[in-house]
Amino acid sequence: MTTAPREKKRGGWLKEEFGNPERRTAYYMVLPALLIIMIVAVYPVLNSIWLSLHAATITATGEFVGFENYVEMFGNDDFISGLKNTVIFTVVSVFFEFIIGLGIALAINRAFRGRGLVRAAVLVPWAFPTVISAAMWRLMFQDQIGVINYVANGIGLISEPILSDATLLLIGSILVDVWKTTPFMALLLLAGLQTIPGEVYEAARVDGANVLQRFFQITMPLLKSTILVAVLFRTMDSYRVFDLFWVMSNRQLESLSTFVYQGVRISQLQFAQGNAAAVFIFVTAFLLALFFIYGLGMQTSTED
Amino acid sequence: MASATASGSGSKGNFNMVLFYVFLIGFVLVSLFPLLWVFKMSIVTRSDLFQSPVTTLVAPPIADSYNTIFANPDFRRALLNSTIIAGITTIICLFFGAIAAYAIARLRFRLKSVVMTTILAISFFPAVAIIAPLFLLFSKVGLINTYWSVIITDVVFALPLTIWILVSFFKELPKDLEEAARVDGATTIQAFRKVIVPLAEPGVFTTAILTFIFAWNEFLFAATFLFDASTQPVTVAIPNFATVYTVDYGAQAAASVVVTIPLVILVLIFQRRIVSGLTAGAVKG
Repeated sequence: MTTAPREKKRGGWLKEEFGNPERRTAYYMVLPALLIIMIVAVYPVLNSIWLSLHAATITATGEFVGFENYVEMFGNDDFISGLKNTVIFTVVSVFFEFIIGLGIALAINRAFRGRGLVRAAVLVPWAFPTVISAAMWRLMFQDQIGVINYVANGIGLISEPILSDATLLLIGSILVDVWKTTPFMALLLLAGLQTIPGEVYEAARVDGANVLQRFFQITMPLLKSTILVAVLFRTMDSYRVFDLFWVMSNRQLESLSTFVYQGVRISQLQFAQGNAAAVFIFVTAFLLALFFIYGLGMQTSTED
Repeated sequence: MASATASGSGSKGNFNMVLFYVFLIGFVLVSLFPLLWVFKMSIVTRSDLFQSPVTTLVAPPIADSYNTIFANPDFRRALLNSTIIAGITTIICLFFGAIAAYAIARLRFRLKSVVMTTILAISFFPAVAIIAPLFLLFSKVGLINTYWSVIITDVVFALPLTIWILVSFFKELPKDLEEAARVDGATTIQAFRKVIVPLAEPGVFTTAILTFIFAWNEFLFAATFLFDASTQPVTVAIPNFATVYTVDYGAQAAASVVVTIPLVILVLIFQRRIVSGLTAGAVKG
């Protein structure tokens, strides 16, 4: 009695799923989208891994070399500086975006006149093509006509043109990223804040909780899942930074993605190393996402 | 937290209110500053542009920079290319995305969480990891330098966004209507086409805007697969203007403004819907 139905179920669940007309329809409806994604994303990843283990060039796969490409890659100064820049950029920009975004979300979480205007203004930087905002900021950082370079120079903040110094370029990129995506972070967090019922705060106030206690014991715990989603999205996005570095620094500033692009698309002498770096980005990004989802207990369930 | 300040009364309340609006104005200005400044750069004369100290007010605005870029056939071509690529990407994404999202939002099946995880994984996927194999593949089948190379890859990376947002919209629609349609003998597909699609129109429209913006802004694939001005979109063409118009910063500024204006208009008109679309998945998810 206990084993027989189980056997039957295990053997026949596929049949059961496809025997049911509603479920069969569901699979047929999901399949086209999944197939497109699988063919265009999954096959190339496997191919990248394969290529990274060979002395590959743009025209031929070449002979098998094991992990030699990876060893060379880690000995390449450009790769190391790309890795360093990417990590600094991701950590610093996501940190500031979160802090400022949360501050803004808390401040505008109320009804006030001009709310629509604020929301629209907030969306403008987000809607900009990254490449275009990079080009715009480049014009403002420029040493002949750039307003920011002019002001920063005027008050003695910088001693050389922003666009010719690697550190200043990295700081500039972080600034542009914070400008562009903090509004998005604020909107996500605001939407999360709005799901917290006001009565919870009332009750806490009656019990004598002060502002800080309410913040750390009500707002933060109830906002945790929204925060994790927002920070995960931003982290994954910053980690693959390409457009911003490439255009704003005019190819001077190296990130992991620009290293890959440079290798497989521009120089092509480093095609094999570029592929190794591509696999490196893929694997580390995957681990990063796993860390958020399992390590920090993020909920990705979409069931109702 | 909000009520803590809102309940303040009398002069303290007024002071807080003023402070709040000062903060808001500052925030709005910082958000809009680059667009305003670059717009200013695009309508001043060359000599004003190089003036030091930097001028803020514009004498009579001039359209020279705009005439320069619109006289450039490559720029006009790039605008057309961007529209074609983003438009077709949006249509394809909506078609496949709506079908898949409906099944996920409304039908019951076992592998649903596997499907959603796969879709989520793609939206975190570093696109740069696959450009080399795709370049080789597209070269082999002759897709390099065609719109399709970029449309195909854009579709794959926009689909998760499309599906994710549509699922949250579809879930909000009343379920009774479809059940009524079923009782009347409609199949799942008919219920979807005749009942859900018309009702979901606002959600589908919002999703279309977001998908269009995504595809319009895409750079990496376009820069990888297209190296001829005849198919390059604006995101690839405009950074190149830095070398075409070496010191004509006014023209560079004008090009940036032209490309951004359609997006700013979309955002201004549909801000409420866009916000609900963007936040739907993240907050409920």
